Amino acid sequence: MSTALTDAQPLRARLTGATADAVFFDRAARVRVADLVCRTSLCGGRADLGGRAVLLVTASQLTAALALIELDGMVRRLLILPPDVDPDHLGALIAGAEIDAVVTDGTLPPQLAGLPVRVVCTPGIVPLAEPPRACERTEWVLLTSGTTGVPKMVAHSVAGLTAALAPSASAEPVVWGTFYDIRRYGGLQIFLRAVLGGASLVLSSAGEPVAEHLARLARHGVTHLSGTPSHWRRALMSPEIGRIAPRYVRLSGEIADQAILDALRAAFPRADIGHAYASTEAGVVFAVDDGRAGFPARFLNGARNGVEIKIVDGCLRIRSPGAALRYVGGAKTAALHDGDGFVDSGDMVERQGDRYVFVGRQGGIINVGGLKVHPEEVEAVINRHPRVRMSLVRAKRSPFTGALVVADIVLTAPAAAAGNEAELRDDILKLCRGALPRHKVPAAISFVPALAVAATGKLARRGV
Amino acid sequence: MSIKLTIMDEMARVAREHGKILAPLDDDLALLDCGLDSLGIAVLVARLEDKLGLDPFTTAEEVQFPVTVGDFVKAYEHGAH
Repeated sequence: MSTALTDAQPLRARLTGATADAVFFDRAARVRVADLVCRTSLCGGRADLGGRAVLLVTASQLTAALALIELDGMVRRLLILPPDVDPDHLGALIAGAEIDAVVTDGTLPPQLAGLPVRVVCTPGIVPLAEPPRACERTEWVLLTSGTTGVPKMVAHSVAGLTAALAPSASAEPVVWGTFYDIRRYGGLQIFLRAVLGGASLVLSSAGEPVAEHLARLARHGVTHLSGTPSHWRRALMSPEIGRIAPRYVRLSGEIADQAILDALRAAFPRADIGHAYASTEAGVVFAVDDGRAGFPARFLNGARNGVEIKIVDGCLRIRSPGAALRYVGGAKTAALHDGDGFVDSGDMVERQGDRYVFVGRQGGIINVGGLKVHPEEVEAVINRHPRVRMSLVRAKRSPFTGALVVADIVLTAPAAAAGNEAELRDDILKLCRGALPRHKVPAAISFVPALAVAATGKLARRGV
Repeated sequence: MSIKLTIMDEMARVAREHGKILAPLDDDLALLDCGLDSLGIAVLVARLEDKLGLDPFTTAEEVQFPVTVGDFVKAYEHGAH
């Protein structure tokens, strides 16, 4: 079952580049990265894990980070459980991925009690009795952020996961922070950037309020910070935002519209601001750093960093060394790639001048009397209004047109709108009417104090 | 304002926003001839739900499509009782 190691070194072997002061932090603990080279976070039972298919289920991101470094190269398969998975799906996931061991930092849900091998992971690392031997090319399995049913399991190699990572050019120490959980693709990219770049990493703790997380990011001197546009909008609403001054601000996981790019530019005038396009299946496709929404049309001409993109029926398809290998388990009937090795992203784009802009998800279309509306394109217009912080456009049932478009809006200063909501509503509608055809203009607008952001960092969209 | 006046008011407003010209309204006028198309009527119903707190067409078990302007107004007057 072992595969000989050739090109891809396991993560632990790549830690040697870590600077002496690189540290992984969460709210409760800190671990010096250089110490991980010859220490272990696994308390006993380590030897039993070799060659197994291991489920990693932790309460804390920090212990997950330590276990990922430890297990890569040691186990056959590593299924990373994000914190928000429905326990009812655990049985199907374990069976589908043929899991025969679990690594955890706390109590396990009853669905996992029957697994034969169970190893505890803690941030209190201890010296290893003998140097670790890497003998497996570990298959990493991530869950997609699908909305309903059992999440799909997607297999990656560590070589694929790190394909998009260029060596760090920075001479100054880098401190990464992520609003994204590292147990999902977007956050895992940041974890891997920190590990391979020898950087520090500030992780949030479960249930930590945004303001406290921001205050800790400030205290540890965060230089590189990543999150979804929804994460960033929420951060921009926190008074603590003024305490951080990252050199690099990164967005991914959702469409970065011009409004959020401009708001981040205003908040961090000296930072490099980039929005990356990536998905669990397609990997990191590209990053755009010119401060404008969408991407240059020339990205479609030939391969860039080994990544090719094409548009089929308005949808982006990607062929990339960073793409996933295949689906694992029950969903394996579905092919991840088309006949030519391209992954269908389900992300729809539209040409505007010399650029393509993202208009929405293929499955998220609202049908208004036979005309298609992407909620995201309407949100992008609403978000341009100076008084709007974020918005959610959804379908409302109508017997006359099947569905209508309605909007829930969070204002930048909700209290200030009291008394003149009607005026503001008219003003936002006027903006929409000027920019959108009539069937895309919201039939109704509600001002709401907040919008739910799912554990995936994306705006929680209810089923249409 | 009476229910009927609220409806007429909102009809005029939706027509203005949609760039439509409203026909002179009377009870026997066919709703589809009033100047609003089906999108306009759908939007009108959504707006009236905000104003009057009811949507007699979407909440009903079986949707009764109003034929005339009079039917449309009556649906709201009935629903309000």
